[in-house]
Amino acid sequence: MKIKLGLAGLLMTGVAAIALSAAKPAAAEDQLTVVSWGGAYQESQREAFMKPFQKDTGTKITEEEYNGEIAKIRAMVQAKSVTWDVIDIDTQTALAACAEGILETIDWKKLGLDRSKFIGGDLQDCAVPNIVYATVIAYDTTKLNPGPTSIKDLFDLQKFPGKRGLQNNPFINLEWALIADGVSIADVYKVLNTPEGVDRAFKKLDTIKSEVVWWTAGAQPPQLLADGQVAITSAWNGRIYNAVQKDKKPFKIVWDAQGFDWDWWSIPKDGPRVDLAYKFITYSSQPDKMANQTKYISYGPANKDAIPNVDPAVLPNLPTAPDNMTTALIVDPQFWADKGEELRTRFNAWLAK
Amino acid sequence: MVATTAADIVRTADGIPLKERLRQVELSRKIRAFGLVLPLFLFIFVSFGFPIVVMLSNAVDDPEYIGDPLMHTMEALRGWDGEGVPDESAFAALAADLKEAQKTKTTALIGKRLNYVLSGIRSKIITTGRKVEKLEAGPFKDALIGIDPVWGERATWQAIQQADYRFTSLYLMTVLDRTWPFASNATRVEDDSVKVNSWLLAILALLAAALIASRASRDWSPAGPYLFAGALSAFFLMVIQQPDAIARYGVAGTGIVAALASVIVRLHPVWRRTSLYLLCSAVLCLAWFVVLSTTVSVDPDQAVYVAIIVRTFWISVLVTLVTLVLGFPVAYLLASLPIRTSNLLMILVLLPFWTSLLVRTTAWFVLLQDNGVINDTLQFLQLADHPLKLIFSRFGTIVAMTHIQLPFTLLPIYSVMKTIPPSHVRAARSLGAGPFYAFWRVYFPQTMPGLAAGCLLTFILSLGYYITPALVGGPTDQMVSGFIALAINQENNWGKASALGTILLVATMILYFVYNRLIGIDKMKFG
Repeated sequence: MKIKLGLAGLLMTGVAAIALSAAKPAAAEDQLTVVSWGGAYQESQREAFMKPFQKDTGTKITEEEYNGEIAKIRAMVQAKSVTWDVIDIDTQTALAACAEGILETIDWKKLGLDRSKFIGGDLQDCAVPNIVYATVIAYDTTKLNPGPTSIKDLFDLQKFPGKRGLQNNPFINLEWALIADGVSIADVYKVLNTPEGVDRAFKKLDTIKSEVVWWTAGAQPPQLLADGQVAITSAWNGRIYNAVQKDKKPFKIVWDAQGFDWDWWSIPKDGPRVDLAYKFITYSSQPDKMANQTKYISYGPANKDAIPNVDPAVLPNLPTAPDNMTTALIVDPQFWADKGEELRTRFNAWLAK
Repeated sequence: MVATTAADIVRTADGIPLKERLRQVELSRKIRAFGLVLPLFLFIFVSFGFPIVVMLSNAVDDPEYIGDPLMHTMEALRGWDGEGVPDESAFAALAADLKEAQKTKTTALIGKRLNYVLSGIRSKIITTGRKVEKLEAGPFKDALIGIDPVWGERATWQAIQQADYRFTSLYLMTVLDRTWPFASNATRVEDDSVKVNSWLLAILALLAAALIASRASRDWSPAGPYLFAGALSAFFLMVIQQPDAIARYGVAGTGIVAALASVIVRLHPVWRRTSLYLLCSAVLCLAWFVVLSTTVSVDPDQAVYVAIIVRTFWISVLVTLVTLVLGFPVAYLLASLPIRTSNLLMILVLLPFWTSLLVRTTAWFVLLQDNGVINDTLQFLQLADHPLKLIFSRFGTIVAMTHIQLPFTLLPIYSVMKTIPPSHVRAARSLGAGPFYAFWRVYFPQTMPGLAAGCLLTFILSLGYYITPALVGGPTDQMVSGFIALAINQENNWGKASALGTILLVATMILYFVYNRLIGIDKMKFG
């Protein structure tokens, strides 16, 4: 009996070992794991980058989704079992993760790309800009006519009564409050860096606080507008564009004081396929590939050379369009890395009041 | 009396003394039993016990300790008396450390850790790190202050000095809305008015404690724990929102009274236990007094965490009460119906278990939204002229959580009710008790084991809710778990996350202790 058990145990271990080894990737070089934010955004990347890359190089791409959780990258790198090869990352997280030493420092020579051709290319050491997106305000043209034209109108309850949708985060909201209160766009971060400036921003937000519906996920604002829950809402421009294009919603974007920000490609530190990850980033940063992405989502290609290849009909809907850029607010990642935690705490305290 | 000889010892057939043999059998049985639980034990240890230990240690053992990259600075600061600005040697040491940190790329980490204490210093340290590389020789003092005036501030150096301690109170302090005096923004004047609602809460808690004590004890001695717990919570609620000076007097006063009472009460033998608890309170007061004297409360517009913790417990209490009020009659009905009908109803009770928590929460989202089923119906029936605020509110949170938690409260009550013989109530009735009296004095006390278990289960599960408040709650309904996730995933501040977890765990354990004294865990029946 005991011998039998022992044999069975041995057999089981053997089976488990085989199963485990089978579960490991067969070879390092012919597959790549790319992680992004899911939804329409990842869909656009799939069409513009992942599928062509698979076709051209024969590399199998496995896709995963995440929500920008730095903890996942950190745990992976610290446990020395990096399974994500390329990640699409936001400005803040890239900055924090780079400081933490859990991202590869980007070698632009190895990429074979001209850094100066990329909008914001010199802002980060561990990330390559891929798209430019904007936080904007939008409204339903069938309900508000004439609609708001500037960020001041977001705070004007007399002219445009009704609920406002804003992101449940101090980010951009504080900047907008100051701009609406008369601070020039160039001075926003200088003013916000002083205690008086922060007080001033919250005071301005106080004026509409009772009318605000706070959203957390990017899919919410178009829904809030469609349901008539809000009259004006802040949103990411791609989401509104998609609602207009695909669902034929009568929404309109106000580009005044658009919050101009980036998304980036990064490579987790000491992964097994860093070279291939570089190849993928180089591939998807080519002007034609980046221009192709705008067919699927209205975010601006970070590579300036891509602009001539973009469909002229799409161009005015991108955050980078000259008309949209005249009053753009370039989000300052350094400011938010410094004051983010303090302001978020204050914001939560303010909400609870 | 004949001395016991070897022949007198009872032996088994193979000649081993029976006692010995029995012990062997017992031992092998124990080993076998241990072998059976070993896999589970290991699983729980690895997946539950170990992470909790890591969490508890992360809350005090600084996960972002910067004493190593700033080794020389720390050494130079050990002789500093904390007055003015340290001398040249500290500046030189800092310059050397930052140069080294530039090489190992740890400057940003130093900045991040110090930013927890002094908001905004992160980028100044990074800039200094970049510029300090070009500094060849001293004097470094003027050079560093020239790079950024922040190095001429006393608070900067005190923050560095505090970071020398590997075991730090920083994170626990942060989640109790307190900070070191030097890090506090002294420009704002503290509001000295006593906040009424916290006094009200304190009085309520004291009343509850007195009620519990009088109910639980025929002689006074076992009432000690309740008095202790009640007084402690009352005291905690009382001081937590008070301005520092008032709170400090309150704590000191309470401590002295408790210590005196402990001595006086000790004279009577029956009150010995109570005296011990009073002494414990006095010691705790002393500890709290030290905390109050060495730290200050943060700016009122930075104080969020205590409110969040209190809110988490409050929502959990409400959900527990609502599930009890709704579940108890249903459990009673199920237990008294014929088996076939009750089985059918039981399926309805268990139905929510068949769908995932996320799906159920989303379903509530659809029902509760402004133009959802409920609001449309109300407006159609002319019961409301505008949509009621059902979603993104406390109401929505409680409703959705109650729906999910209901079976957890109901099932233990039901299983206990099943075992209560109907003859007990009949006997009471036949002896002249009215229907309510018979229910209240005969039936209800027998349901206590199930009721206690169900409520405990729901309460503790509710404390950890995260998805539901995030989806159907408003910004003021988010519970501790949500902020733990925020600290880990977005802010990348694992010390704060661990401290929040620790506070939640400790508070839950204190409540459990009180609950256990009240009801007794051995009397609980889960099913």
